[in-house]
Amino acid sequence: MQLTVWTYEGPPHVGAMRIAAAMKNVHYVLHAPQGDTYADLLFTMIERRDTRPPVTYTTFQARDLGGDTAELFKNAARDAYERFKPEALIVGSSCTAELIQDDPGGLAQALDLPIPVIPLELPAYQRKENWGAAETFYRIARALTRPRDEATRVAGRRPSCNILGPTTLGFRHRDDLTEVTALLSAMGIEINVVAPLGASPSDMSRLADADFNVVLYPEVASITASWLQRTYGQKQTREMPIGVAGTRAFIKEVAELAGIEVPKELENRARLPWYSRSVDSTYLTGKRVFIFGDASHAIAAARVASREIGMKVVGLGTYSREFAREIREAAALYGVEPLITDDYLDVEVAIAAAAPELVLGTQMERHVAKRLGVPCAVISAPVHVQDFPARYSPQMGFEGANVLFDTFVHPLMMGLEEHLIGMFRGDFEFRDGIAPSHLGGTAPAKELPAPVLVTDGGAQVAWTIDAEKELRKIPFFVRGKARRNTEKYAIEKGTTRIDVEMLYEAKAHYGR
Amino acid sequence: MSLPLCDERPGPNLRQERGQREVFCGLTGIVWLHRKIQDAFFLVVGSRTCAHLIQSAAGVMIFAEPRFATAIIEERDLAGLADIDTELDRVVSRLIERRPDIKMLFLVGSCPSEVIKLDLSRAAQRLSQTLMPQVRVLSYSGSGIETTFTQGEDACLAALVAQCPQMPEQAAPSLLVVGALADAVEDQFRRYFEQMGLTRVDFLPARHAADMPAIGPKTRFLLAQPFLSDTARALEERGAIHIPALFPLGVEGTEAWLRAAAKVFDVGEQVFQDTIASAIARAQASLHRAREKLAGRSLFFFPDSQLEVPIARFLSRELGMELTEIGVPYLHRRHLAAELDLLPDHVQIVEGQDVELQLDRCRAIKPDLTVCGLGLANPLEAEGFTTKWSIELVFTPVQGFEQAADLAELFTRPLMRRELLEV
Repeated sequence: MQLTVWTYEGPPHVGAMRIAAAMKNVHYVLHAPQGDTYADLLFTMIERRDTRPPVTYTTFQARDLGGDTAELFKNAARDAYERFKPEALIVGSSCTAELIQDDPGGLAQALDLPIPVIPLELPAYQRKENWGAAETFYRIARALTRPRDEATRVAGRRPSCNILGPTTLGFRHRDDLTEVTALLSAMGIEINVVAPLGASPSDMSRLADADFNVVLYPEVASITASWLQRTYGQKQTREMPIGVAGTRAFIKEVAELAGIEVPKELENRARLPWYSRSVDSTYLTGKRVFIFGDASHAIAAARVASREIGMKVVGLGTYSREFAREIREAAALYGVEPLITDDYLDVEVAIAAAAPELVLGTQMERHVAKRLGVPCAVISAPVHVQDFPARYSPQMGFEGANVLFDTFVHPLMMGLEEHLIGMFRGDFEFRDGIAPSHLGGTAPAKELPAPVLVTDGGAQVAWTIDAEKELRKIPFFVRGKARRNTEKYAIEKGTTRIDVEMLYEAKAHYGR
Repeated sequence: MSLPLCDERPGPNLRQERGQREVFCGLTGIVWLHRKIQDAFFLVVGSRTCAHLIQSAAGVMIFAEPRFATAIIEERDLAGLADIDTELDRVVSRLIERRPDIKMLFLVGSCPSEVIKLDLSRAAQRLSQTLMPQVRVLSYSGSGIETTFTQGEDACLAALVAQCPQMPEQAAPSLLVVGALADAVEDQFRRYFEQMGLTRVDFLPARHAADMPAIGPKTRFLLAQPFLSDTARALEERGAIHIPALFPLGVEGTEAWLRAAAKVFDVGEQVFQDTIASAIARAQASLHRAREKLAGRSLFFFPDSQLEVPIARFLSRELGMELTEIGVPYLHRRHLAAELDLLPDHVQIVEGQDVELQLDRCRAIKPDLTVCGLGLANPLEAEGFTTKWSIELVFTPVQGFEQAADLAELFTRPLMRRELLEV
């Protein structure tokens, strides 16, 4: 049993809904109690979809449990077919229906519908949303994909690929797809099928016709892409086209897979490199950034923050246990402990301990950062209505890199502002404990907790009054860190008394 | 099938329907109950779906340190590898350690916990023994297989009733108002009752765990919400007597509701009039403006909060709207008897739901305004329908004279907005 305040991912059947809702002419019949229909609002409210997700729920109640819930399922599946006339039906159980063991797959097969029926086994007490999405996509691909049509292999044709992974309720999937499609087209590559977003069952049947697969989101597409590679020999991309370097690496990889030269002049819209080099950005150097999200976005954000904007990664983690290995490898690059947890409370503790100046996280971390008075930007699902902006706002490609620069930098004070605040710190308008205006103005920022260090002998570190006063002159958002470093340094030096001298010795010791 | 509900005149038509229901389960009540009882905590014992539902139910996530959480049942609990009682004790003690401000803990049953027959009432008793007097532990079920949306509040309050202290035999009769109301609304009602000379007035739920009212045969209770059948039954079992009334929505409903209590407590007509006259005048003046916008407009209800019948009564009688179909998740005929009497003849009430058939009917009727849940609102708007999200009827203070215009405004705003937008 796991105590959960907020959950980063929904149950696996919500992942299946994200696939069904992304596709065309697919219908999902879900054996589920009344109440599970709440999931519709994720699509209609958070993503502002203008149609209901293509899902029929059996909505059984207690009085049905004594009777025939299997019959209820069969009727629901038959009615859904009659009403919606999909090209393919996917069927499965939610967490409660899993317990009553009605076997939706078998029941639906018995109906002898004239379309493919794809049963899903999504263990709700072991797995979560992203796994459910990946498994569903894989099951649909396995059921529908036909061997390559050799007639498509005409001489002189352009290289072609599938784009795999974009779904509904994905973090900026809509705009990433536009950006990456444009990039691939500019490279002269034909897009065979985009799936699951916008793909029909007949499109899914043509997946094998492409030369290779672009895996846009490994969380959703990697199982399918690996199966396609094993079965049809299609190679897949591994690079995430996030950030300037990521996009360059992706282009290079795609060019190799397609057997073409890397085209020139793809970078003419990339502003990030110059923005990062412009002098105003100097203040970003070594900014302490804590990163948490799904594995792909977290790893990419760490790379962009550190190598393209010049920040210092002080924490890196993910709630995607399936990608723990990738996060460990990335964390090693920055010399930080990887944080792999889906417990929001653990993440909160880790953020407070790392004393970051910027948090890049999900909506949950936005909440934590607000409580700690630290600026935050959202870089990953779980999605919120704000993560579906009206404007074009991709994360991928060169335009995506521009968006990331703005996203990471705007929550912070601008360079000149920070410089001026340093200068006017003593001024009455810049009192301590007042959050910067962009963080809600007068709301008092909470100082990060500063646990008093205790020596091996058990003695507590004591600050002189002068040293305390000097400490107060350090901006509040790094004061906790300064206090801790000084205390640690003092203990290493074998003293428990901290005066102004010791404070500056520690500062020199830990200086950037 | 059409059943007349009263003898004198044809009354509304009632039909039952079965099929896919597009409604929340009773867990959703936690979203407002945890705000109401300020030192209570709601621990759902369920699945990840339950946790996901509660955080999504308000349409967006609520960014406050919430006083609710989910103990997610995992494979090892189901396989018997972990003792589920021990696991629950561990989760609860971690919670209480982290939140020492909790005075009352509700263990809330869910679909999975009901299906595996997890006995939460026994668990609550056991935990209460260890945690009392610091924390009282109660349990109720908010599962979708047993409860629809606001029935979760009913189940919660019924559990509270069982724990309320016994009122002494010799006590003077006192009034109990039952059903979660916004604090501001509660304070208004309390002032009216004071002006009428009623000194012993309690509200259930109280704002704090320690303040839950005493109950006994001298308790006379008014229901503030139309979905409290189990709570009313639990109160009656303890000897309390129900004061039947309209529900306090709109001027007519609020007046009738207050009058019913005034009558039981022998408040003189003049005192009663003096208490409410100015509030009624204010409310009627502001309703007049809404009436200009709503009169003659047609209205269709998808079933959701159980408030459909009293709100339909208000919109038809005080604002002149034309009712087409009133969908309700279920119909509590006794508590709604007075309300049903006031509905126009032949208005169609549909109890239960087949959402696809209901959408077909809605499209055929083409109402000016459709009241529906969040899952249906945007799709219907995209089809050209003007909608009102029903969940707002539950989250917004709408009871009483001072809120009558606010309730009307929830219906005028979508219509005005559609007229306002040029794109």
